[in-house]
Amino acid sequence: MEIFELLINGFVIAFEPLNLALIILGCAVGLFIGAMPGLGSVNGVAILLPMTFLVPPTSAIIFLGAIYYGAMYGGAISSIMLGIPGASTAVATTFDGRPMALQGHADKALVAAATASFVGGSVGVILFTLFAPPLAEVALTFGSPEIFSLMLMAFATFVGLGGDDIPKTLFSICIGLVLGAVGLDIISGEPRLIFGGITGFFHGINFLVLAIGIYGIAEMLWTIEVSQGKVMISQATVTYKRTMNALRELMGTWKTMLMGSFLGYFVGILPAAGATPGALMAYGVAKTTAKDPETYGKGNINGIVAPESANNAASTGAMLPMLTLGIPGSPTTAILLGGMVIWGLEPGPLVFTNHPDFVWGFIASLYAANLFALLINIAFIPAFIWVLRLPFTILAPIIFILCIVGGFVPTMDMHDVWLMLIFGVVGYLMRKLDYPMAPAVLAIVLGPLAEPALRQSLLISGGSFSIFFTRPFASVFMAIAFVLLALPLLKKLLDRKPAAEKAE
Amino acid sequence: MRMAEIVMGIAMGVFSLYLMWKSAELPIGWIAGEGPGGGSWPFWLSAIMLLCCFAIVYRGVKRLTPESRSEEPFMTDQTIKLFALNAGSLAVMIGLFHIVGAYGAIPAFLIFYLRFMGGHSWRLTGIFAFFTPIATFLFFEIALQKTLPKGYTDPWFEPIFAFFY
Repeated sequence: MEIFELLINGFVIAFEPLNLALIILGCAVGLFIGAMPGLGSVNGVAILLPMTFLVPPTSAIIFLGAIYYGAMYGGAISSIMLGIPGASTAVATTFDGRPMALQGHADKALVAAATASFVGGSVGVILFTLFAPPLAEVALTFGSPEIFSLMLMAFATFVGLGGDDIPKTLFSICIGLVLGAVGLDIISGEPRLIFGGITGFFHGINFLVLAIGIYGIAEMLWTIEVSQGKVMISQATVTYKRTMNALRELMGTWKTMLMGSFLGYFVGILPAAGATPGALMAYGVAKTTAKDPETYGKGNINGIVAPESANNAASTGAMLPMLTLGIPGSPTTAILLGGMVIWGLEPGPLVFTNHPDFVWGFIASLYAANLFALLINIAFIPAFIWVLRLPFTILAPIIFILCIVGGFVPTMDMHDVWLMLIFGVVGYLMRKLDYPMAPAVLAIVLGPLAEPALRQSLLISGGSFSIFFTRPFASVFMAIAFVLLALPLLKKLLDRKPAAEKAE
Repeated sequence: MRMAEIVMGIAMGVFSLYLMWKSAELPIGWIAGEGPGGGSWPFWLSAIMLLCCFAIVYRGVKRLTPESRSEEPFMTDQTIKLFALNAGSLAVMIGLFHIVGAYGAIPAFLIFYLRFMGGHSWRLTGIFAFFTPIATFLFFEIALQKTLPKGYTDPWFEPIFAFFY
């Protein structure tokens, strides 16, 4: 009952004229960003975060939340129309979305993606409302050892479940943590890693510099290389009658939608997982359990519904650990978390008690953003198609300028802009060699929280690491972290066994 | 691709060593009453990075990763050209921020990118080069009150600010 009252209060905040306008604007902007090839929610949120300094924190997170939702919807548009996923979260949508578009059913595919995204988002936000307060209450009992072990678990998830090269993943995590340590030592106050006394390093490296470098500049360089600036767009006819027919056909896919929504939500909660594996898993489950698996990949509408419902539910799921524990569930939520720090809010369970207006206004805005993203998506499909026809040589310089100006604004220091370019170029080269970049961004956000937690814990225990294994919650998190770290090794051993048996 | 993987591993290994050396400028051990020294956190993380680099180089040499087995070049001539043009023009734009400021650098970048890289008409290039700095100025300087660098053009903006305030 208390949750219901808080949610009603949240709706009052979310429907204030400024916030409502930001929800609508955020959804529209997010949809366009998500629809651009190679750009997704993380790029949109990273590039536009510096623009939120004008409004209060609640309005700022509402705006970014709406961009996040809009971009999750928009990712499907370029997957279907261009055959290029708007973001990695929409990769699975390409499998059946592109064949449908080529068969002349682009409108049906777009409506299916939008509706499934709405169902996924709705299920996700309802589960979020129910789970967030109890989880925050448990998290209130956490001290430094629990916080550090929880963060270690988050990093271990990247190693265990990330699916990337393990030494490269570990390297990415560590370099993010080291970059987060640049500046003044929090305890002694002495300068640390300032590279020959360069004054720009004294204020540390703002996480946005790394985030925009990687998700703005590096991503654009990557997209320019992959697409070579040339993309082929499918033709689409959108009429009221065809849209209604598509909606009627979608009624038969409700089971797939619900499966995708629940699966996506719970995968999204896991720190390293996020929406991409959620969507791919939902596609896999839908295909495996289907009566006609051979039609998947050839234009089966369930092949769009499953990943789209899953990626939207996962994007909401990823916000649960961010708000309740202060541990982001995805790169986008890592940037939202960094935003909370910039706005002067302490991420974690205390936000629920200290800033209820912020939290519940944000949660309520997700319901509204979900609805507006659906409406704007369906209404503006022709406009998105027009924008996608714009040559990449017009979109690219605009995005580059936004990156540069956005990188300057948080600290008003040109040193950060140069640093951002270096991160962008090095990030692009490393990405070409399959170094995962998301762990580095997560690490630079969590680093300044993890280091004091570790040092305080060790100070309490007199230097003994046993403190992480004698407290109930901390020991559970550490055990999970070690299992996750050992998981790739176990997988290798299990894979070797059948191979050896075969050889016999 | 294999050579690039090994070179990147070695470069990052050297960078890790440099970070370890710089971190060790602060105490990296236990300080009585204070706990771990200020350099311990980045030092030990850099040490892990160095170990990872050894593993990356080893796996590259032994062809244990998809990249090291790939026969494709790390960058084709066309990719190098695109990369150099994009990253280079960005570097020049940022450099120009110091001299002619944001409102000189942005139009110059747009003219180069749209006209010479994109092959768009002078009319379209002109529209973007003219209106983008105005939109940037109104949004950042007037709405957000965030001052962008102006270099030697700073005095030119005094009458404009006098008009708004």
